[in-house]
Amino acid sequence: MKILVCIKQVPGSSNVQVDPVTGVLIRSGIQNKMNPYDLYGIEVALTLKERYGGEVELITMGPPPAKAVILEAVAMGADRGTVLSDRKFAGADVLATAYTISQGIKKCGEYDLIICGKQTTDGDTAQVGAEVAEYLGLPNISNVCSVDEVKDGRLYVTAALDNKTVKESVSLPCLISVDGDINTPRLPSYKVKRSLTDDVVSFLSFADFSDQDPNHYGLNGSATQVERIFPPEKNTEKHTVSGNADEQAAELCALISKLKLI
Amino acid sequence: MYNKVLDTDIAALKAIVGEFMVQVGDEISEDYGHDELGGIISMPEVLVRASSTEEISAIMKHAYARCIPVTVRGSGTGLVGAAVALHGGILLETGRMNKILELDRENLTVTVQPGVLLMELAAFAEENDFLYPPDPGEKSATIGGNISTNAGGMRAVKYGVTRDYVRALTVVLPNGEILNLGAKVAKNSSGYSLKDLIIGSEGTLAIITEAVLKLVPLPKVSVSLLVPFPDMKSAIEAVPHIIRSKVIPTAIEYMSRDTILFSESYLGKKFPDTKNDAYILLTFDGATDAQVEADMKIVADLCLEIGALDAYIVDTEERKKSVWSARGAFLEAIKASTTEMDECDVVVPVNKVDYFIKFTHALADELGIRIPSFGHAGDGNLHIYVCRDGLDEESWKKKLAEAFDRMYKTAEEIGGLVSGEHGIGYAKREFLKRQYGETPIALMQGIKRAFDEKNILNPGKICY
Repeated sequence: MKILVCIKQVPGSSNVQVDPVTGVLIRSGIQNKMNPYDLYGIEVALTLKERYGGEVELITMGPPPAKAVILEAVAMGADRGTVLSDRKFAGADVLATAYTISQGIKKCGEYDLIICGKQTTDGDTAQVGAEVAEYLGLPNISNVCSVDEVKDGRLYVTAALDNKTVKESVSLPCLISVDGDINTPRLPSYKVKRSLTDDVVSFLSFADFSDQDPNHYGLNGSATQVERIFPPEKNTEKHTVSGNADEQAAELCALISKLKLI
Repeated sequence: MYNKVLDTDIAALKAIVGEFMVQVGDEISEDYGHDELGGIISMPEVLVRASSTEEISAIMKHAYARCIPVTVRGSGTGLVGAAVALHGGILLETGRMNKILELDRENLTVTVQPGVLLMELAAFAEENDFLYPPDPGEKSATIGGNISTNAGGMRAVKYGVTRDYVRALTVVLPNGEILNLGAKVAKNSSGYSLKDLIIGSEGTLAIITEAVLKLVPLPKVSVSLLVPFPDMKSAIEAVPHIIRSKVIPTAIEYMSRDTILFSESYLGKKFPDTKNDAYILLTFDGATDAQVEADMKIVADLCLEIGALDAYIVDTEERKKSVWSARGAFLEAIKASTTEMDECDVVVPVNKVDYFIKFTHALADELGIRIPSFGHAGDGNLHIYVCRDGLDEESWKKKLAEAFDRMYKTAEEIGGLVSGEHGIGYAKREFLKRQYGETPIALMQGIKRAFDEKNILNPGKICY
């Protein structure tokens, strides 16, 4: 089974500051890491590889240092990966990102299964997976919480919807987006990392793609434009209820009523 | 010898702390009759929730005048019965005194009330770019409790134990007098260290009502390594090699596959790797990536050289959580795996850890009982649990007594001591007496009398 996992390098801390003037993430001094949601996808892929054999490849888009996430995934047990890196890809929104990744995947080869994490912790849109599937003309299942079986060319999964869990099957090749917390991702191996060489990472740029129209990539290819990024306001307002148990209960009840919560 | 608590005492206590902060008789939850280990049970006559040094002083003045025993309790997470009111009387809970009073960035100290929880202090320090290094597994313990047992925790290898971080204490003596001991100073040669006598005294000498604790700058980088070994013998034997490498990890913990599986089933959460029989978990911290990476590399290479099967890198918040949350739940997980258990918290010289662990394995085989263990391989403090499982009462008592007798004897023979961090309390008094002998115990009793001539503060613990 040939599996491809889409991964991304994101800021290592959830407390990333946003420049209030430019609206850009302040990345200096912040360590990067693999998007935590992608780790669940890698674990699903490696478990399938253990069960059915085959190979696990990775693809990511970002500046050249993003190869670190490929190396990390290889240290977890994946085989190799590709970084899509070009200045022309910069400033891409979800649509342009999905298009670029789909172009990259076409260049990398054919896969039985493409796995994405649910979302990234920096963009948080949870749309790229489904859009990549659309560009590749593949069937797609989102919110997958378990991959149950591969049988007779079909993948059997369980997906968690808002108020129900559904068992679905889909013909291969296909793309799935897996939920967070569905497994405990294995840890990267120091033993593998120690012996890693750069030849497990390939780079592809705009020049390698079949679609050579620069207006389909990066900022030019984006259907949306970010006007402003701002951190959500943190509500630190606290109200302390004091007195004995009866007094506290009465005050709390009055407060909840006033806020129209009951 | 002690007076019973009368209605007039209840009224006096209510006048001090307020009516709703006093509970009597059946109003008191049975949880207040025992601590985390549960084997020692005795209900107090009255439970009082104090909120200030002055209130505690007034309570003690009353108790002293009336000769009523007083036992102090934090979160009740102790493991040796130290916070159990053996003689009834007053159980004084400090949970309401949970304020962080001051962060002194110039003297690198934080001043706290005793009811602040360890996890609250750790988070507060981190938010302010500091580290409070002591890191016992039980994060819901109070700081007052940690000081009272001189709790150690997982970072002791590099940073030391609670005692090393207590700069000053405000305490209330059994007669109600309030004393300030120690100061915000780094050195102190000013006579006997009364502050250090209070630390680890398990609430028998005075009641801690405020503590000034030392902080260190927060290390910017922290990475753990989970190192699998084919068996416990090779895992434990690796520890002296790691120590000889002169790299000082903040923690060196050992754990067996069985314990990890208990933890998985207890937490309902998978551990990242359970393929191997034994693991060593190490943490490295420092100011830069390069420094931490270099330390980690030396130890990882060394481990691979001496038989480790791999070294898994635990470098992100998510990965640390997946590993350390399991480690933090080991005690509860082992407890949930059996019908009843008792624990031995001996500390042995670091170069004897492997000898002692192998001894417990042989002992388990010989007695036909389960003795799982985990602990701080890097500082010699081991947590060993004798499990009852399906044994009948008589066999359990007999086997437990024999296991404990031989474990404490062996620890003593190889230069160890009765307790590394859980304390003596009520449960381990006999083992302490046996090891220390007459004179040290008599000296301890003399110290106790000097503080508490009426013996009203936590009677029946440590040296009595």
